[in-house]
Parts: sequence; structure tokens; C-alpha cells
Amino acid sequence: MEYGSKIMKGEYFDSVTLMNVARMISEMAGIEDAAVVMGTRENMSILSSAGLLLNDFKKTDDTDLLVAVKAHDMDSLGMALKSVPDLLDEVRKKKSTVNEEKYYSLDHSLEENPDSDMVLISLPGKYAAGEARRALKAGLHVMLFSDNVGLDDEVELKKLGRDKGLLVMGPDCGTAIINGIPLAFANVVNRGNIGLVAASGTGLQEVSTLISNMGGGISQAIGTGGRDVKKEVGGLMTIEGIKLLASDPATQVIAIVSKPPHRDVVIKIDDLISKLDKPVVAVYLGETIEDRPKLNYYFSDTLEGAAIKALELSKYGKVSADRYPEGQEKLEIKAKEIAGSSSLGQKYLRGLFSGGTFCHEALITFKGVVSSVFCNISANKEHELSDPWKSMGNTVVDLGEDEFTRGRPHPMIDYTLRNKRILAEAMDPEVAVILLDVVLGYGSNMDPGKELVPVLEEVKEIAGTRNTKISVICSVTGTDMDPQNRSKVARELERAGAVVMNSNYEACRLSALVIYELMEGKLEKGV
Amino acid sequence: MTKSNLFKDGLKVVNMGLEGFNQGIRESGGESLQVDWKPRAGGDSRMVDLLDSISEDKKAMIEQANGEALGRILKGKPELVGLSTAREVIPGLSEDTILHAGPPIGWGRMCGPMRGAIIGALMYEGRAYNKEDAEALGSSGIIEYSPCHEHNTVGPMAGIVSPSMPVFVLKNAEFGNQAYCTMNEGLGKVLRYGAYGPEVITKLKWMENVLYPNLRKALESCGPIDIKNIIAQSLHMGDEVHNRNRAATSLFYRKIAPHILRTADSRENAEAVLNFIDGNDHFFLNLSMPACKVTLDAARNIRNSSMVTAMTRNGTDFGIQVSGTGDKWFTGKAPVPDALFFPGYRKEDANPDIGDSSITETNGLGGFAIAASPAIVQFVGGSSSDANEYTLKMYEISVGENNIYQIPYLNFRGTPTGIDIIKVVEKDITPFIDTGVAHREPGVGQVGAGVLMAAKEPFKKALEGFIR
Repeated sequence: MEYGSKIMKGEYFDSVTLMNVARMISEMAGIEDAAVVMGTRENMSILSSAGLLLNDFKKTDDTDLLVAVKAHDMDSLGMALKSVPDLLDEVRKKKSTVNEEKYYSLDHSLEENPDSDMVLISLPGKYAAGEARRALKAGLHVMLFSDNVGLDDEVELKKLGRDKGLLVMGPDCGTAIINGIPLAFANVVNRGNIGLVAASGTGLQEVSTLISNMGGGISQAIGTGGRDVKKEVGGLMTIEGIKLLASDPATQVIAIVSKPPHRDVVIKIDDLISKLDKPVVAVYLGETIEDRPKLNYYFSDTLEGAAIKALELSKYGKVSADRYPEGQEKLEIKAKEIAGSSSLGQKYLRGLFSGGTFCHEALITFKGVVSSVFCNISANKEHELSDPWKSMGNTVVDLGEDEFTRGRPHPMIDYTLRNKRILAEAMDPEVAVILLDVVLGYGSNMDPGKELVPVLEEVKEIAGTRNTKISVICSVTGTDMDPQNRSKVARELERAGAVVMNSNYEACRLSALVIYELMEGKLEKGV
Repeated sequence: MTKSNLFKDGLKVVNMGLEGFNQGIRESGGESLQVDWKPRAGGDSRMVDLLDSISEDKKAMIEQANGEALGRILKGKPELVGLSTAREVIPGLSEDTILHAGPPIGWGRMCGPMRGAIIGALMYEGRAYNKEDAEALGSSGIIEYSPCHEHNTVGPMAGIVSPSMPVFVLKNAEFGNQAYCTMNEGLGKVLRYGAYGPEVITKLKWMENVLYPNLRKALESCGPIDIKNIIAQSLHMGDEVHNRNRAATSLFYRKIAPHILRTADSRENAEAVLNFIDGNDHFFLNLSMPACKVTLDAARNIRNSSMVTAMTRNGTDFGIQVSGTGDKWFTGKAPVPDALFFPGYRKEDANPDIGDSSITETNGLGGFAIAASPAIVQFVGGSSSDANEYTLKMYEISVGENNIYQIPYLNFRGTPTGIDIIKVVEKDITPFIDTGVAHREPGVGQVGAGVLMAAKEPFKKALEGFIR
């Protein structure tokens, strides 16, 4: 064993700091023991009992800092002694981190912040309902991002919310915008006079961003979770949401976005709407409803259609001339162009969606234009993909379905899975069109250009080896105010050869027209 | 709050779960705060069932009772009113009784330092002349062991009190009850850490023969000293009165020094007494502890109160008492503190947690007030933000906040006061305690100082006992 000492005159450190430094030295390689103390009599006796009272320390006094080290070899000893001033400095200067108050329970956070409005819950489903119940009992609105919450719990929570005059958005509510504040997966949109109630997260994102991009604005966007419009839940929060918007002076137009609600729920909604003065636009994705309970009640088959109608009614913003319905002709011309660049044998489209609602909208848009579309979410057994991982003929896939998201982040966040699938589709010589959705906003991937551009380049290369082109058609859902900036992302994708459309509907429509053109060699006017 | 006022400017969101969601809210002008969520009761389904079994009516009664218990703590007025010997003032202390820290324990299960301190006490009392005789007597069954807490007394570390030892007498001027504590021996080889060598006994004898009579006379001359006032001041001066008592000791010294000079039996003794107090940064610990004890004893036996009235360790077990369940002890295994060690010692040498000094945390001081004590934050990870985080966390499990004891750094917010066992179990957050560390062998003494989170088990058992 080697012993070594260091005496630093006129230094003062408190004993705790010194114990800490001693510990750091003791933990160094080759060190058996170390002591760092002020030279008081008491400390001398501590050193003595530790066997570290070295000769050098005999003539020191209270204000000397003493370092004693016991090491296995001279090198370690030297290193340890040399490090002392730096270690002392390190401990002395240890930077203070600014405290953000942390809370460990909902109860306590509310005790300290009684002015809170809402609780946003993204806990495991098993615990989410319990916390939501607490929040409601404490008088707070709730947004339940969590899924895997039981149907019974959902009904109970929503009834509790309704009775207390509180919103229960969710479970499985991915997005909402309240007072212009985006919640969970939401976009930054203009504020305005159109209020949304949506049982579809991506639907809400699409409609709100389209309205904003056309110069209109959103007063509030209330999510309800997809199950709200099912028979069991009976549209509890859809109804409450509509009522809330009806009484909100800032809301002049109400838009409802949902997959087809249960018949009972439709009746309830219609009944409520017939009593309202404000105009209402509804999109039930696929459900075309003929009876209008009142004059001021409009239906759209598509998200884009709903956005445009709501915009018109709001008297703000402007639908640009190149868009639906005037843009139909342009779409057809573009489709012909694209079809013309394909080779013989290329005839199928492959839609790879990160948003379930977009996949749904694709199926609706293809109806009557493209036949036999296989899908992993198809209600039609005949066209259900036998293996969702493998496309056949015309295929659209919702990559947000459980089979793809088990054990990995949602495809709006993590592009890995879809990127692989894009390349797999490109390898298929029968593929003419790859159709994609790109969803921006908080929560989503922060740099989709970086994710997709190399893949698009690779698609070009793969097609190039066959001396042909594969068209990549996509929509970018978002605004220029989103952290990703829609224009920037669109430019990046266009530079990589993609055709970027204004909406998912347009992207689907264009893709469908290309396939139609390839199949029939001509376009049927007026489709 | 109702829907009618949800639509306005801005939004304040409590975010539970994915932290990334704060970004969108904050960047868009909303406010959000993050809850660092854990499953209720740490996922212990038996505890969850127990918590769920508390009816709304019962909850209201508990809340009211805890309000009453906290009120008594806040009203408490601990004063140092005199000095005496244990035999003269401590109730129920026979000549064969030795008091110890923590929940009840017999010789057979006692840890090394507690046995060491008993050996020392028996030699100090003249009941044994060497270690072997003392051990024989200590284990013979002649000596009765009883927790300090059951005799209105508290003792740091081993907490050994034998009949001849001088004690401080504290009185709760508001409620009239009293509490007792021996005088602090200083650092190094001392009885409370289980040392019993000749120097230990010599010092105890000096304390009995010189320190005690002189201090007693000085106090008579000075009159009662308001200990609450000294604690409140010392929190503004960097103490938390458990692991740091430097400021409070100085304040006490200022108060008593002139009276020592006036009343001491000799100039030499006056100097010795003053030097002793001055040379021991922990002198005040043995006043802060009984001050907390005398305050908390007034909050005992309140029906339906789930507030802790005693939390203590004997080096083997960690035990608590709860106001609503009276004198019943709820115990679990005492944890080993996470510590910084004196040169020559390491974690393997450390005894499990020991001492009544966690009475300070029970009263919202010590670890609960560590944000007031930047000088010792090294124990909790090195930065003052760590210390603040610990104090802030303790508000989660406290009934309320102190009106007199404040933390300057937190804008003079009252210290988190009154541990609620329901909150402890529900949130799975146990009290944070500052502590000294004794060597596990008898006779060695202190080997370090550190911190620990209290054991969970006693709180779970207490909740069961409380609900039944």
C-alpha cells in the first residue's frame, strides 16, 4: 500500500462537500481509502482511527484542508492527489438546475393549481378511467388519450361528465383544440368561427387544417373518441359537444366529423340540430344521409367537402379556383399525364396510410372508380387482405391498426415500418401508384421530409431499373404554423418526385383516376 | 367549474402520461403541468381495495379529524422550562428501566449500537464495571426496556435514557403536556451511536456533574426559552434542525450564554460549559427533538385522524404511531440509509436506520424542510434543486403547511406538516428522512450521515389498523 497526502492552506469547505470528494476519490481505480477533511482536532482523531493520520499533518491547523489517500500503487496515488482541486471545484460549482415544480398525484397538483381547466390523460388504459373519474369529481374537463378503457367505464365517465357539465373527450381521443391550444396530436390552426365535434382524430386534423389553410378558422375542436357514436355510448359527448358549440358566441358554424354513427345516435344528433339556429355541416364518411332535419344542415361525403362547406358558411376565407369542384377537370388532366408515364403492366395502386380515417376516406373515394380494393379494415370480407403485411391487386392499408403498432410507436411518429412497405411495393412491377398520407402537428414525427425523401429516391431507382416510373401521390395534413411547416415538407417531398395534393381526398381521387385511366384507357366524364 | 367557462383565453392543463404533450400546449400559449404519475398504492391491490373501502362519509370525518390534528400542531408552543434528571421527571421510569429509541424491542433483537449504548449506560449508572458484566445484566431480564416515545421522551440514535441522566424538560405552553430529552454529547465516540469506552463514560459524568447543574441554574435565571421561535429563525438561517443545527445552536447559545456567566459555580466551569455548547453543532438537536415531541403529543388520540404522531426506528424496526389509533405501533424492517461515510467506513459498516430523531420529520422539519438547508444538500444528490424537489414531494403526503416554520427559498412557504398515512399509501411516497449513520457493531460510533425514504410496510399496516 502507498500513502500520500496533500495540504491545501487556507481553504474552507464544509464537511459534507469534503465527504463527497473523499467518496469520489475512493471510487477511483486503485484507491483503497481516502480522507479529505479540515485539520481540526476532532478530524485528526478521525484520521487517526482510519489509519490515515500521516506525518505531514502534524504541523497543520484548523484552516488547512488535508487530503490523505491510501492506494494500491504510486500511479493511482498520484492521479488521485492531482485530481483533488478539480473535484473540489466541480463540487463547488455544481450548476444549479432550475426547478420546475413536479407533482406526483392529480390530487396534489389540483390542490396547488385550483385554476386548472383540464386533465389530459395518456396513462395505461387500466389506470386511465380511475384518474379521469377523479378529475371529473374535482370539476375538471377530461381528455382521455388512452385507449383500452372499458366501454362501461366510458359510458359511466361520460354520464358523470354530462351531469357535471364537463367534457369527457375520449377514451382514444387523439386530438382536440381548445381555446386555440392544440392537445395531444393536433395542429396549429387559425382561430375563427367554425366549431368542430369529431369522433375521428385524423378527421378532425384534416378538417381543421383544410379550413385554416383556406383562410378560415376554428373556434374550438372537440374530440369525443371513436366509440362515442356507437350504440352503447349513444353519442353522449357528441351531443354535449354540439350543445356547447351551440351556446358558444365565438362559434358560428358547427361541423361534425365521424365515421358512420349508429342509427340511434344519428336520430339524437338530428333532433338536437333541428333546434339550433347555427348552420351545421356533417361528414359521416360513407354514410350519405338524404333527409335533412332542417334547412341549414349540410352533409358531405368527404372531409374536404365538409371543410369547404363549413368555410363557405363561415363567410371567411376563400376556396381557391383550382380546388374542388372546379378542380375536377384539372385532376383528370393530371391523372392522364401520370398514367401516360407508366409502362405496360403497371395497373395497381397501393395506399399506405398512417391515419385510419384517411384509409376509410380512400375506400369511399375509390367507390365506383376503382374496383376490387383490398384492405385490412374492410367490412367486406371478400376484399379483406388475407395477410395485412402483403398487398395484392389494389390495396389500401391502415398502418395504425393493432397488428402494425404492437410494440412500436404509431406510424405517424415512426416511419420505419411504412418506409419498408413503400420499398416492398416499389419492387412489384404491377404497381403504378403509391398513395401516402403525411400527418403533421404536435405529437407527429418532427421531420417527415428527412424520413421520406431517401425512400422516395430509392423508389425512383427501383422503378428506373425497370425503365419506368412509379408515381408517389400524397397529402400533407398540416399548416405552415405547425412545428414541421407544411409548405416546407411539401416542397421537400415534391423535390423528391412526389405529387403533393391539398387534401387526402384529392390525393385519393387523383390516384383513383390514374388507375381508372390505366384500366380503361380513358376517363368517363362526370365521375 | 362548469363548461360555461371552459371557452376563454388560454388553457391550464394537468398532463398525466406522455410528457411530450406539454410542448404543443406551452408553445401555443397554454399552461401545462406534468404529473409524475405512479400506479395507485404502487400497484398493491390489497391497499387499493382498502383505500376504496373508505366511504365518502368516512373521508369527510378523516379530513375533519386531520384538520383538528394539524391545528393542534400549529397551535403547539414548545418551551424549554427546565432541566432535571430522568429519574425525577420521566413518568414510569423505574431504577431498572432503560428507555430506547424506536418501537418496542427486547435485548435479543436489538442491533449492535443499541446494545453498545445500553452497555455504556449500565456502566455509567455503576451497575456494571466492564462490557461482559453489562452484557450479562442487559440480557438477564432484570433490566426492562421501553420506548422513549411511551414516556413522553425522545432520544437521538440509540436513544438510551437511564435514570441518572440529566434531561431537558420541555412544556407545550398551549396544551400543558411535557416532553423530555437527554443532552447532546457531541460527535465522535458517543453513547448514542453505541460507543461505551471510558472516554464516553467520562464525558457523560462530566455532563451530569458540570454541564447539567450549570445549565440548570442558567435556565432558572433566564426563564423559559421559546424553542419554536428558535427553530423558526434557524430555518431562515440554513438549518432543518435534524442534520443541521448550527444556526439553532448559535441562537440558543446567544440566549443562554449571559446566564451561564452570571450563575456558573466557577469561571472555569462557565468556560467549559460555553465551549461545550459552542463546539457541538448538534447541541440543539436534543432541543428540536423534544420540541417536536411535545408538539405532536398534543395531537394524539384524535378519533378518525390518519396523521402520524410518532415515526421512529430502533436500528432493527421502523415504527409509527397514528393519532386515530392511539398508542398502537405499526412496524416494518428498518432500511439502511444512503449515506456519505467518514474516512475508513463504507456502506457495509452501516447499521439500519436508528433513532427517535425522525420526530423532526413527523413535525414537518428535518428532511421535510431540507429545501431550507442548502448547506447539507450534498446528502441528497449535491444540488439545491434536489433538496427542493424532496421538500416539494413531501407536500404530497402532508396534511397541511406550517404557519410559523417557513422555507425562504420557496417564498417562505410553510413547511409540509403532518404526515397522512392515507396519502403515503395512496401515492406510494414515503417520508424523506435525514439521518446520522451508526456502525453496526457496538462500541464504534458514528460512521456517516445521509438520507433515506421511510419503510413502506409500517404505513400499510397502519392503514389496515386504522380502517378496522
